[in-house]
Amino acid sequence: MTNQNTISRESDLSGGEYKWGFVTDVETDLAPKGLSEDIVRLISAKKEEPGWLLDWRLKAYRHWVSLYESEGEPDWAMIDYPDVDFQDIYYYAAPKGTNEAPKNLDDVDPEMLETFEKLGIPLQERAALAGVAVDAVFDSISVATTMEKQLGELGIIFCSFSEAVKNHPDLVKKYLGSVVPYTDNFYAALNAAVFSDGSFAYIPPGVRCPIELMTYFRINTEGSGQFERTLIVADAGAYVSYLEGCTAPFRKTSQLHAATVELVAHDDSEIKYSTIQNWFPGTPEGEGGVYNFVTKRGRADKNAKISWTQVETGSAITWKYPSVILRGDNSVGEFFSVALANNHQQADTGTKMIHIGKNTKSTIVSKGISAGKGNNTYRGQVQIMPGAENAVNHTQCDSLLVGDQCGAHTVPYIEVRNPTARLEHEASTSKVSDDQLFYLMARGLSEEEAHHMIITGWSRDVIKELPFEFALEASQLLKVSLEGAVG
Amino acid sequence: MTLATPPTAVDKFSTEYESFVVENSSSPDWLKAVRQQAWSTFSELGLPTKRRGTELWKYTNLQPLADADFAYGVTGSVSLDQMKVVGPWDDAFDTVVVVDGEFSVELSNLHGSTGLDAGSLAEAIAAGTGSVESQLASLAGREKYAFTALSTAFVDDGAYVRIADGTQLEQPVHVVFVTSDAAENRASYPRLLVDAGAGSSVVLIETYVNLAESAQFAAPVVEMFAGDGSSVRHYRVQMENESSFHFGTTRVAQMGNTDFTSTSFAVGASIARNDIHTLLDAPGANCTLHGLYMTNGEQQQDQEISTTHAKPGCSSGQFYKGILSGKSHAVFSGKVVVERDAQKSDATQKDLNLLLSRGAEIDAKPSLEIYADDVTAAHGATAGHVDRDTLFYLQSRGVDEEAAKAILIRGFAEEMLNEFKPPALHEFVEKITDERIPILLAESDTIGTA
Repeated sequence: MTNQNTISRESDLSGGEYKWGFVTDVETDLAPKGLSEDIVRLISAKKEEPGWLLDWRLKAYRHWVSLYESEGEPDWAMIDYPDVDFQDIYYYAAPKGTNEAPKNLDDVDPEMLETFEKLGIPLQERAALAGVAVDAVFDSISVATTMEKQLGELGIIFCSFSEAVKNHPDLVKKYLGSVVPYTDNFYAALNAAVFSDGSFAYIPPGVRCPIELMTYFRINTEGSGQFERTLIVADAGAYVSYLEGCTAPFRKTSQLHAATVELVAHDDSEIKYSTIQNWFPGTPEGEGGVYNFVTKRGRADKNAKISWTQVETGSAITWKYPSVILRGDNSVGEFFSVALANNHQQADTGTKMIHIGKNTKSTIVSKGISAGKGNNTYRGQVQIMPGAENAVNHTQCDSLLVGDQCGAHTVPYIEVRNPTARLEHEASTSKVSDDQLFYLMARGLSEEEAHHMIITGWSRDVIKELPFEFALEASQLLKVSLEGAVG
Repeated sequence: MTLATPPTAVDKFSTEYESFVVENSSSPDWLKAVRQQAWSTFSELGLPTKRRGTELWKYTNLQPLADADFAYGVTGSVSLDQMKVVGPWDDAFDTVVVVDGEFSVELSNLHGSTGLDAGSLAEAIAAGTGSVESQLASLAGREKYAFTALSTAFVDDGAYVRIADGTQLEQPVHVVFVTSDAAENRASYPRLLVDAGAGSSVVLIETYVNLAESAQFAAPVVEMFAGDGSSVRHYRVQMENESSFHFGTTRVAQMGNTDFTSTSFAVGASIARNDIHTLLDAPGANCTLHGLYMTNGEQQQDQEISTTHAKPGCSSGQFYKGILSGKSHAVFSGKVVVERDAQKSDATQKDLNLLLSRGAEIDAKPSLEIYADDVTAAHGATAGHVDRDTLFYLQSRGVDEEAAKAILIRGFAEEMLNEFKPPALHEFVEKITDERIPILLAESDTIGTA
């Protein structure tokens, strides 16, 4: 089951290049291009949302307009791309016939199921065997959620965001925007105004979620933006591990992806969030690709722990800083990241650890790989607020350069307002050493294999944090994404 | 798309600029063009009071400066005796004194050393000495940087130091920028141009002292050219009074096989910033930048350090230490850029901070921007306090608590103090540090806790 599935994915990968570039021919329900209050209202109406949510969206939209008019898109990151034409994007694209959420897998469009087959998502019965509950988001609509019932017995809610709005409005109302308010930043405001779907998970007090929850995101429609919103709440003493994977078809036009993820970890709980981001990176010549502008943040209460692990190999542009607000005493935040920028990819990614509570701890391990003409920037902030007695942070960020046309940058921000805090920041930049290559090649490995082995080993500290299947996929992705960069 | 907000505080300087232009209508045309270009840059930029989205000014609040007013054309008095007390002094040094931005022949102490041409910048401009015309404002003044542009718009006098090719100067050259004791708040734009010829060697000390008690605004600009195979050992001592604003710019261009080492000692001013950028523009250039900053009260001390490796085979090091007490705020923003062709570069960066009180804040941003693959670059930053165990260790050996605290702070600073080699200078920075420690301790509330 799992093995079979993994093998089929591997064979997909062996040919190199972007293997997820297929387009699924599904009839889509498209709203007109462009962004306006009417579009916001239309999205809300399509989703039959309550009034309070529409109001919230409209406030977000107005805030976004004011940011757009006063400052425009944020330009502090080390990424360079043409201004996004926000009026040339579809803000709502739903596969037709899914207005009624599918009752079971038989109701799902077979063509779409085939898409997920190609993606290698264990969606059908295999899902159960693989021990994964999947919420698959296709363009902007959540198409199927597996294992909902089994989880329901434990009181765990795992469903699409739209369903959560309908079935658990109190929970959504309580937590939506509580970690990432719509005023947070340009893209968070945009997302709040037009988000179409996403995943919602709630783990009740003291429950350890027995399986890994998973969402697979895919952008299918050309010229569409995807604005999903994920909200995960672990109540007191709960535990959940959540996986997220992303792909998009091969398109020469750029696609916009502005997602928001909010995590709420109540006292003594733990949330582990893993991402494999493999959005279409653009052609080797730098055409097309996904612009990935994502706001991810978690709030950790007393004794809680939030851990972000990400493997970022896709997207033409990545602008993403998964953060943890360490609000409660003794809370822990972790960030493990491998980001790869090959060809013309540009990644400006890192994290924010905001220490508010006493004895809070954070660990940052970031590995950036630059190849081809790619530029990779680690940008991370560690903030120690005045009340964060005895806060501890350890940051390590390493960069690896493959080839002489790429760039590797490190921009840490260390802000300390409490003298009892202990902070250590270390960084290094290097290339794959000739000695190491020679050693492996002398033992019969090709140059490419040797590179792959060294890079996988170098990224090991991060990859070992991923759940097993993801770890295998991550290692393969690194290999494929680096093809052509070596030799 | 972005709606322009009017630049901040340009009006504050425009009347003065207009009369300055009239007064200096006889300046050479090239200089008038430099000023005009710089003024148009400044009037476009204004003071960088907007911190949001402005990476270079993210941490320093310039509103107090934007709100202040300054008088012009007022000069107070300065005596040689005062000079010898407020800053480092050695009669053996070749000393150039600049008072309120103007060269003072009476206070300067020059020995006519062979191969050294040191004195007034205005005279060097008038006489067309050396490469003044091509060098002045070529490193600083054409960039989009508000304080450098403002200062360059008013460029007039200051100090000029030229070391002839192959000259090995035995005694340091000391350039003192002194603010006289007038009661008014004033603005001044001191300028220093250093031209170290090929194969020359010089120790250069740059000192800022202030005899006034009122709020002074100084935007000094220093440009240094290090010719092939030259060695420049630079020191910068900043001792402005506690209500002043000090925004310094230092730009250094290094040619092949040069050694440039700069050590800064920054304790003065209400808001101070030292921007030092070095350009390693030929193979074999080495550059080391380090410094010590100590802050107390509500001081803001901002170190903006940048080294660009433009050619292969260069090495650079940045190493700063800070001691913060009271409600003070320090910023270390260090940057190393390794350009595409600068293979075989070696760069290190380090910033260590000692926080002595709960109100103090350090913001460190040691960043690397690397475009070449055959490089070794590493950086580190730490912040911490003096813990109970360390203090206990000393006390258990019979050292009383106050002395133990002072020893620990002094020990942290020692490494940097020892970088100040000329004896008169070393004594001076040690004396100032020893005077500061009790002040830092008085405002400390966490030393030896937990």
